[in-house]
Amino acid sequence: MADHGSAEPGSAVVPRDIPVDAPGTAVVPTDAIENPGFPPYRPRVSDVDPKKERQNERRVAWFFWASIIGSVFAIVAYFVFPIDADDPGSVRVNNAFLGLGMALALFGIGFGAVHWSKSLMDGHDLVEDRNAGHPPEEKYEKRAGAAAVFTAGNKESGFTRRKLIRNSLIGALVVFPLPAVVLFRDLAPAEDPVTLLKHTLWKKGTRLARDPDGTPIRAADVTLGSVFHVIPEGLEDLEHGKLEEKAKAAVLLMRLKPEDLEISEDRKDWNYQGIVAYSKICTHVGCPVALYEQQTHHLLCPCHQSQFDITKEAKVIFGPAKRPLPQLPITIDDEGYLIAQSDFTEPVGPSFWERSL
Amino acid sequence: MTVTVSDTTGTNRPGTEPAVAEVGRGMRFTNWAAGYVDERFKLSGWVRDYGRKIFPDHWSFMLGEVALYSLIVVLLSGTFLTFFFQASMVETHYDGSYVPLKGIQMSAAMASTLDISFDIRGGLLVRQIHHWAALLFVASIGLHMLRVFFTGAFRKPREINWLLGFTLFILAMAEGFTGYSLPDDLLSGNGLRIIDGMVKGVPVIGTWISYLLFGGEFPGTTVIGMFYSLHILLLPAILVAIVGVHVIMVFVNKHTQYAGPGRSNDNVVGVPVMPVFAAKAGGFFFIVFGVIVLVAATVTINPIWNYGPYDPSPVSAGTQPDWYIGFADGMLRLIPPGWELEILGFTLSLNILVPLLVLPLFLALVAFYPFFEAWVTGDKRHHNIADRPRNAPMRTAIGAAGVTFYAVMWAAASSDLIATHFKLAVEGVTLALQILLIAGPIIAFFVTRRICFALQKKDREIALHGYESGRIVRLPGGQYVEVHQPLSDYERWRLVSYTDYQPLMVRPDKHGRISVAQRVRAAASRLFFEDRIAPVTKTELESQSHH
Amino acid sequence: MPRSRRTGRRSPLASVALLVIGLLTTGGAYALVTSSATASTTSASATTAEEGEKLFMANCASCHGIGAVGTTDAPSLVGVGAAAVDFQVGTGRMPMAASGPQAEAKPVQFTDEQVKALAAYVATLGEGPAIPADEFLTGEGDVALGAELFRINCAMCHNVAGAGGALTEGKFAPDLKDVDPAHVYEAMVTGPQNMPVFNDLNITPEEKADIIAYLEYLNDHPSPGGLDLGGLGPVSEGLFVWIFALGAIVAVTVWLTAKSN
Repeated sequence: MADHGSAEPGSAVVPRDIPVDAPGTAVVPTDAIENPGFPPYRPRVSDVDPKKERQNERRVAWFFWASIIGSVFAIVAYFVFPIDADDPGSVRVNNAFLGLGMALALFGIGFGAVHWSKSLMDGHDLVEDRNAGHPPEEKYEKRAGAAAVFTAGNKESGFTRRKLIRNSLIGALVVFPLPAVVLFRDLAPAEDPVTLLKHTLWKKGTRLARDPDGTPIRAADVTLGSVFHVIPEGLEDLEHGKLEEKAKAAVLLMRLKPEDLEISEDRKDWNYQGIVAYSKICTHVGCPVALYEQQTHHLLCPCHQSQFDITKEAKVIFGPAKRPLPQLPITIDDEGYLIAQSDFTEPVGPSFWERSL
Repeated sequence: MTVTVSDTTGTNRPGTEPAVAEVGRGMRFTNWAAGYVDERFKLSGWVRDYGRKIFPDHWSFMLGEVALYSLIVVLLSGTFLTFFFQASMVETHYDGSYVPLKGIQMSAAMASTLDISFDIRGGLLVRQIHHWAALLFVASIGLHMLRVFFTGAFRKPREINWLLGFTLFILAMAEGFTGYSLPDDLLSGNGLRIIDGMVKGVPVIGTWISYLLFGGEFPGTTVIGMFYSLHILLLPAILVAIVGVHVIMVFVNKHTQYAGPGRSNDNVVGVPVMPVFAAKAGGFFFIVFGVIVLVAATVTINPIWNYGPYDPSPVSAGTQPDWYIGFADGMLRLIPPGWELEILGFTLSLNILVPLLVLPLFLALVAFYPFFEAWVTGDKRHHNIADRPRNAPMRTAIGAAGVTFYAVMWAAASSDLIATHFKLAVEGVTLALQILLIAGPIIAFFVTRRICFALQKKDREIALHGYESGRIVRLPGGQYVEVHQPLSDYERWRLVSYTDYQPLMVRPDKHGRISVAQRVRAAASRLFFEDRIAPVTKTELESQSHH
Repeated sequence: MPRSRRTGRRSPLASVALLVIGLLTTGGAYALVTSSATASTTSASATTAEEGEKLFMANCASCHGIGAVGTTDAPSLVGVGAAAVDFQVGTGRMPMAASGPQAEAKPVQFTDEQVKALAAYVATLGEGPAIPADEFLTGEGDVALGAELFRINCAMCHNVAGAGGALTEGKFAPDLKDVDPAHVYEAMVTGPQNMPVFNDLNITPEEKADIIAYLEYLNDHPSPGGLDLGGLGPVSEGLFVWIFALGAIVAVTVWLTAKSN
């Protein structure tokens, strides 16, 4: 278009032959059946029968009356069915009656208006010409005018000609959001997340405690087939970061028959008489894996169905997880309480890029 | 500019003729009102030009309105909720009236949501209205997109509006997810934890993004406040702005219509905004609102009082996201075991990365399909007549394959519930869905294409020979024939008026070369249009009637 | 007001009063009978155990073996305690109908006395958890603590609303709605099938009573928001919005755009 446009907007050259949009690979029919034109209007009952017309008129009014009744009902319900703090059923009643009143109020207006438009307003289909007011010549004249404005803008600024300016501007525009990105840095504290992710609250001698009351667990409490949901003792006393620590330190404690456990050489003394402790945080995306089947000794994650076999050191036997759940090495202290031998020997929870570094 | 509006007999209707102030009962008011508005807003021209704008009447054209109306309900109910909700993760002890949570430690966000539910009259109702309307909003966008796709209403000049609509779909999901997280309950907290796990799976920067998102380690104390800002400020502002443009574009381009007698690419046939469409659409708003309120009054949604406050240790069986995020959750479930690598000490979580790549790729295909189809056909004309799906077999088949792919991912998100409800093993359900994820779209593609061709053939048959009347006549020679009921011209027109394409023949350009892009385009064009059923021509019809 | 006096005998208040009196008397009688029954179990256990042994020989020994020592088909019952028998037989899970992923609850095959007799017999074979005392089954307790314990120890399998959930290989955790408190308690102490054991050192009897109180609370209080859609969460909500809400609206659009007759 630049060839046609002059520098002066408004005096654009209008091409003689107005281009027709190309049909592409469409078959342009030469032998098509002709459009038969509009079918005749079919009158409605209310067009021909004045009695029906009056009937419909009354019906519309009834809808609107019903709406008023609904609104009033809702207001009355608000006061007649208050919420009683000692009766949870009152919330249900308040919710239902208030809502039903409002629904009736809305439906009344809605159905009334639609019924009015359908049965009483003019029923003819109307036709509007899509191109009316936009004759092709005028359209192309406008378009050429717009193109001329762009051309003039380009010419007078030298946007395409002055490559140095243009490219440096583009460069500046690309770089200018970066300070905003940097601004987000202080959303998080200064510590390195990788170090944080690799450590939990567990350390040598930390007692295993019940979730949620935090009482320590004796080995003798853990009978065969039972499962304990465990947190490190002292978690509840933390001033800050209680949930963050719990999110990493949650452990599942189970007792199996020692002969059922297949234990690798380096984990020989990580269990105590068949009592094993595994991280509860799924190695897939971090849901708590807490569904323990005491006969199959399988652990199931309810979020994405990863399954871990506790007899085989929590190896993945099904689902999208890849790594076994980390095992917490445990033993007992002098008083018979279960304690951790150390922190987990690997990061718990979902994988992350720097996990094995 | 004037709008030409006539009725189907060709009689001009108001909106066309130069205004002559009519006199009579009620006229004085309407004339006064027009004058009042014009003197203050100078809107008379606008009212004159658009007041009698025509909207085609078809049920499938109302689906976008359902989305618009649910959005309005979401905005209204959401505003009410902001008056009572506290977007804070400060720890507090609940002391409201719901007994099973009395004295339990929870965030202020959760406690205030419980207060809205149990201690503010109508609060639970508004919460349920907000959540149901949000679900309906995304669902109606989905159905609206399916209608637009399968009728080819995304073709020129509406490709950009398809992209805007697609953006609205993504924004709606983002709005939904941020809103779902706000109460800080156990279900949404585990949902956030899954997001955290997915973010951590992103190579190189994942750990840091998670760290910044949660303001430290998960769950942190900032994410609810951050999501609240996004949920009530940034996302709705963008959403409402794009909705505005989306609707204006419908006005500018005028609505598509289905083929029908008298209808053409150059006209719009239907009801005028003033008064019929205004009454219908206005009434419809109240009906949609009414349905939402009725559902909210009678059906529980998101019972956070059952879920309890977020705590990283518990989890509930059947932990699922809201339906529109289900496809992403399903994709996570469908990854087979063991997809994780370690390269030079760095961990590459393919079990997360593959869904993170497949899902955007799928969405990108949805977003850019109109441009692909336009490139294959090379058709630069305006298309204002919506296709019947059967008349674009390839597009319909591609759509069916996409829908199947999405549906399988969606079903996978409830694999555990499918297992318990149909007494199956969850492992078997997962395996079946893994197979279906690959095979399902392929089967759907071929079956749909065949069905389209069969329907086109049937249409052709009917257009030429008429309907089977079911009346058997015995001819004098003893032969039995079924009498065919001929079609009226009006009925036939619906069956024969559609655009038909040929495969592209590649020709060398002026340098005598055929570019790679041209070859690809030709191959795609062959796939699209090699098998085609052409519309009935006049000659065919005439030779038939001479029979 | 002569009118009301005339109909006074049939006034609603009177029937409510009658109902209350009736409930009180039957409830009282029930309480008397049941408490006397528990009181008599100890003295009568020797004879009921004999009853139970006969029943066991006739109905259970083919799988569990004579003396309940177990066979290749079924485990030994020595030391499982009366609670396990009361749970398994009392919920109809035993005798098992067919081998499947797990024994499912079905109509109970024995009368209450027969179940108690079987339980008494198995209890004589070795020490195990006893049938819980009534004081833990009243449904009274700290509902909030019960709810918290339920979320931590039970919800991952049984769902936060007690609606049940999937386990591996076709097994599932059952719906807990309207399950008898005694059976809930017994399930916790015995760990039937794949359910883990929650012994009294893990969850004390008082805490178990709190959990039961929470479950009873859920049974007694329908969801404040209306229908609960099975308590299954977002999946049933999503299906509902597509099928019923959007379905109804699409039906309206069809009516809305149809030509009036």
